[in-house]
Amino acid sequence: MSLPVAEENLEQHLPLEFSDEKESIKITGFWMFLVTDVLIFGSLFSSYAVYRSAFAQGPTPNQLFTFGPVILETLLLLTSSFTIGLAIYAMRKQNKKALMAWLVVTLLLGAGFVTSEVHDFVGYVASGATWHQSGFLSAFFFLVGTHGAHVTFGILWAVTLLIQVARRGLTPITARKLFTFSLYWHFLDIVWIFIFTFVYLNGKIV
Amino acid sequence: MPSFVQYLIRTLFPHDVLRPTELGADVMILATGVIIVYYLTKQKKWLYLWNEWLTTVDHKKIAVMYLIAAVAMLFRGGVDALMLRTNLALPTTPVISDLEYNQVFTTHGTIMIFFMAMPFIFALFNAVVPLMIGARDVAFPRLNAMSFWLFAFGALLLNISFVIGGSPDAGWTAYPPYTGLLFNPGPGENYYFLSLLIAGIGTTMTGVNFLVTTLRMRAPGMTLMKMPMFIWATMATSALILFAFPPLTVALAMSLFDRLFGSSFFTLAHGGLPMMYVNLFWLFGHPEVYIVVLPPFGIFSEVVATFSRKALFGYSVMVVSIISIMFLAYGTWVHHFFTMGAGPAVNAFFGLSTMLIAIPTGVKIFNWIFTMWGGRIRLTTAMLYQLAFIPTFVIGGATGILLATVPADYQLHNTYFLIAHFHNVLIGGTLFGLLSGMYYWWPKMFGHKLNERQGQWAFWLYFIGFWVTFGPQYLLGLKGMTRRIYTYPLGFGWHELNVISTVGAFIMGAGFVVMVYNVVWSLKYGEKDLTGDPWDGRTLEWALPSPVPEYNFARIPVVTARDAWWDMKQKGQTLANSLRPEDMRTIELPKNTPVPFLLGLAFFVVGFGMTFQWWVIVAFGAAGVVASLVYSAFDYDEHKHVGAEVIRRTEAALGRLQG
Amino acid sequence: MMPKRRRGWPYRYVVPLAMVVGLLVSGCGQQYVLLHPAGPVAQSELHLLIVASLAMLVVIVPVFVLLAITVIRFRDKPGNKAPYWPNWHGNKKLEIIWWIIPVVLLTVIAVPTVGQTFALSKLPKAKDPVIIDVTSLTWKWLFQYPGQHVATVNYAVIPAGEPVLFELTADSPMNTFWVPQLGGMEYTMPNEVLPLWLEAYKPGVYWGHSGNFSGEGFEKMFFNVKSVTPEAFQQWVKKVHQTAKPMTMTNYHNLLAFNTVGVQTYSNYPSDTFPAEANGFTLNGEGMYMIMHDQHGITYMPMSDMSNH
Repeated sequence: MSLPVAEENLEQHLPLEFSDEKESIKITGFWMFLVTDVLIFGSLFSSYAVYRSAFAQGPTPNQLFTFGPVILETLLLLTSSFTIGLAIYAMRKQNKKALMAWLVVTLLLGAGFVTSEVHDFVGYVASGATWHQSGFLSAFFFLVGTHGAHVTFGILWAVTLLIQVARRGLTPITARKLFTFSLYWHFLDIVWIFIFTFVYLNGKIV
Repeated sequence: MPSFVQYLIRTLFPHDVLRPTELGADVMILATGVIIVYYLTKQKKWLYLWNEWLTTVDHKKIAVMYLIAAVAMLFRGGVDALMLRTNLALPTTPVISDLEYNQVFTTHGTIMIFFMAMPFIFALFNAVVPLMIGARDVAFPRLNAMSFWLFAFGALLLNISFVIGGSPDAGWTAYPPYTGLLFNPGPGENYYFLSLLIAGIGTTMTGVNFLVTTLRMRAPGMTLMKMPMFIWATMATSALILFAFPPLTVALAMSLFDRLFGSSFFTLAHGGLPMMYVNLFWLFGHPEVYIVVLPPFGIFSEVVATFSRKALFGYSVMVVSIISIMFLAYGTWVHHFFTMGAGPAVNAFFGLSTMLIAIPTGVKIFNWIFTMWGGRIRLTTAMLYQLAFIPTFVIGGATGILLATVPADYQLHNTYFLIAHFHNVLIGGTLFGLLSGMYYWWPKMFGHKLNERQGQWAFWLYFIGFWVTFGPQYLLGLKGMTRRIYTYPLGFGWHELNVISTVGAFIMGAGFVVMVYNVVWSLKYGEKDLTGDPWDGRTLEWALPSPVPEYNFARIPVVTARDAWWDMKQKGQTLANSLRPEDMRTIELPKNTPVPFLLGLAFFVVGFGMTFQWWVIVAFGAAGVVASLVYSAFDYDEHKHVGAEVIRRTEAALGRLQG
Repeated sequence: MMPKRRRGWPYRYVVPLAMVVGLLVSGCGQQYVLLHPAGPVAQSELHLLIVASLAMLVVIVPVFVLLAITVIRFRDKPGNKAPYWPNWHGNKKLEIIWWIIPVVLLTVIAVPTVGQTFALSKLPKAKDPVIIDVTSLTWKWLFQYPGQHVATVNYAVIPAGEPVLFELTADSPMNTFWVPQLGGMEYTMPNEVLPLWLEAYKPGVYWGHSGNFSGEGFEKMFFNVKSVTPEAFQQWVKKVHQTAKPMTMTNYHNLLAFNTVGVQTYSNYPSDTFPAEANGFTLNGEGMYMIMHDQHGITYMPMSDMSNH
């Protein structure tokens, strides 16, 4: 008796990044990676919650934080989340130029965010609030710094994507890379909303 | 040694890097290195090594490399264990000093868990999972190679600590504040945190890889409830890894920052909270216990069905119990520190949740026994490990329940009763399971069987040695002996039992020697597996020739039943003699790449530099990491194609084509 | 011939086994400290250990017997007349039975476990127990008696027949405070104070040890707890006040060095050497109390009142 075997590489009518089975699987993989990153931030948030009152001789959140720059950072990052959405919309429309333009805007907004955050951090350290001071400051710098490092990595990643799209155009592979980048960027935006609420807002009000 | 060499070493390396007491070991390792390099050069094997192994992305070869690493680490961890046992048998004349003892018990635990059990599991995942689900490779072959090299270089980093600068000495759990600079200024703990961070990245990626592989790469027709039990175990293990390793990463990073960058997470001063580390560590550590025990559960489910020539009993219940163990594993971590004053409500809750997890585990035991009931049991080496596993694990589980009984744990915590318990589940469950899997799948990996007679000798030595070692340790616990002491006064009546325990450890050591002899002997004289199905197996990997061709399946089969291959055999279908030459298609396979190896190397350089705070070296390594990542981002040449004609010829040569 | 051999072989194993067991139980049985509790805490912990062990035996023995029968009966050898059901893959009734077995057994263990866990967290007598502040230092133990103004190093004296409250902390890596014959261990952790109560039935000397690795001298962290009659305890306090010198800050700093020392006795100690108050403790089952130390001695403040202040 002969054996039933499968035909491979079935054609599918899906968005570009899902059209190739291999690329589609990579998107699933990226979601799984995001799960681990959620857990990283989950651990950082729970640590922050525990260290929140471990001021030792250092400042309290209320003494430390200033709202101005934080709101600026929030606006920059939220806007960039919108522009990366526009970039993916342009990608779906096969509009390479608009895609690249929106991606550049996203990048610049992200860079603005990082600059402002670094400026904040330098200010804290200059005022003597280093993370050596207290458990609270250690947890704060670790949590917010990890987010900032993620954004910085995202910017570098996006730069390589820009070059790839410019060279190769929109293929299932570049589309998949752009799509996973947009997932990553939205994720960082969500994390920032939690940081804004639980770290800054909570620290300022309570 | 000529004095100028010593002078040179002292000038090149600061005092804390190369300690004079370790010079002997250093020289030996250097000599071994030179011999290996000489051999490779003489045999002109460098290119072969590079092309076939270091740059490979083939899951079957990665499996072999994982297996070699795991067995090497089993040796290292085992030698550590013998050193510890020797010392404890001679309390009045310790063989090694307390400083050395502390390093050895730390590396013993760290290596056995992170660098023996984990790679052994990944070896079997890599060797078997794609074959069992009818796939050409894992979901992300390059990521798979990166995982391996990150693991390998992480392991290397921990192992060189022994000869360069001193090993970590705070136990495999590395509780602060003892790991802080105040108590532990040397580079040892840096090695620990960095090597686990590097290997941990690799492990997390392996989790992602195998979760996606089992979710997305299964052959058509293999629905979830038709998956072999080992695939269920793989899936659950990978999911556990995904959720367990991030807290560990955070805990390790915090400790490392405390040491290198002056943060105050776990310090005595500045409001550090050492308890936070303990929580994060066990938030990882308890799921980790199930990460290393679920794959053996999967292996046993395959082995017991095959060697009883009978379907697995209660398949759906087995699935339910694996899934419930997976979820419950996250709800029990506090039972590792009932004695840290969490309060009666918390302790009672975690005591109960720990007992709860025993229920699905107990159910599995009954299902395995009833798989044998009404079967025809063949006592092969793989099956013997299964039969030894059941009683050993039942005892280990029962003592686990005693420890979950909170007030009893107040007495038993950190005594040798605890040591005996977790070795009971880790050796009786994990190691026996992995060895069973190794003997079972060896023909598929290497194309020949391991000699049964020698294998059974090794088995009996392990099994008897195990009980001689750990039986007395339960009694030592009842006599109040606490863990991690390098010597003890004689008045407590601990000596005799320790001597018996040490004898047992050496019996296990003999088991290892026989096993290695078995492997080496069989490489040369082992019975060749010509059918590809030496055990009359049930799952798809046995449908393929041994060893498996690079592309695995010439055509992907369609699965219609649970034990797919058994079902095909019942219906008279086989992959051999059922494919026609014109059915062959060109196959796309992942192409070799040096990036994973170089990435691992770069991480190693970063880790080594950070251990000694040599920032130039760190920058150098970091540049390597970035370069590797950027290079692979721009590398679109990921695949190669194996033409239909090549496959036709290969399959014909294997006698697997019609006509 | 056959019956004789059958009767013969088990004795070859049973007799030496019985001898070994006998030796362990009689000869050095007292050394099984966990099986010879000398106080109510250790007693109740041992009681649970035995209950749980018996419940576990109920499952272990049948599993072993079943496994042995299965392997012997269904070996793959020529002429085996046992049935062969290659496709028998499940039986609802059987499976329900072995879901129920562990549930029942674990309930048997779980109920007393929860009860005892809560019971042990309550100090049985509210009125002025002797309080001992325990600080683990790098490779030594410091015991301070805030009620008696006495400090000792590497040994403690307690009154027999009444509960004693230990408040545990560390100025060192984590250790655990454990006196096996009196009862369960508890961690000593820096920046945290944990309560533990123990009681000795009778006067006697009970050894204790740290159970958590804390560095190179860790294995020497043995100490003795001397239980004496309450009258003898008072006399001991008096005698210390007459004979020993008070602890100075210099003495304390010397204790912080990374080394091991012998036993020491002091008639008083600087008040700020014990870092903080205990986190709270349920006294006599009537609620949580904060235990406050000041120059007048010890006061108990109900935790419910704390929020009103």
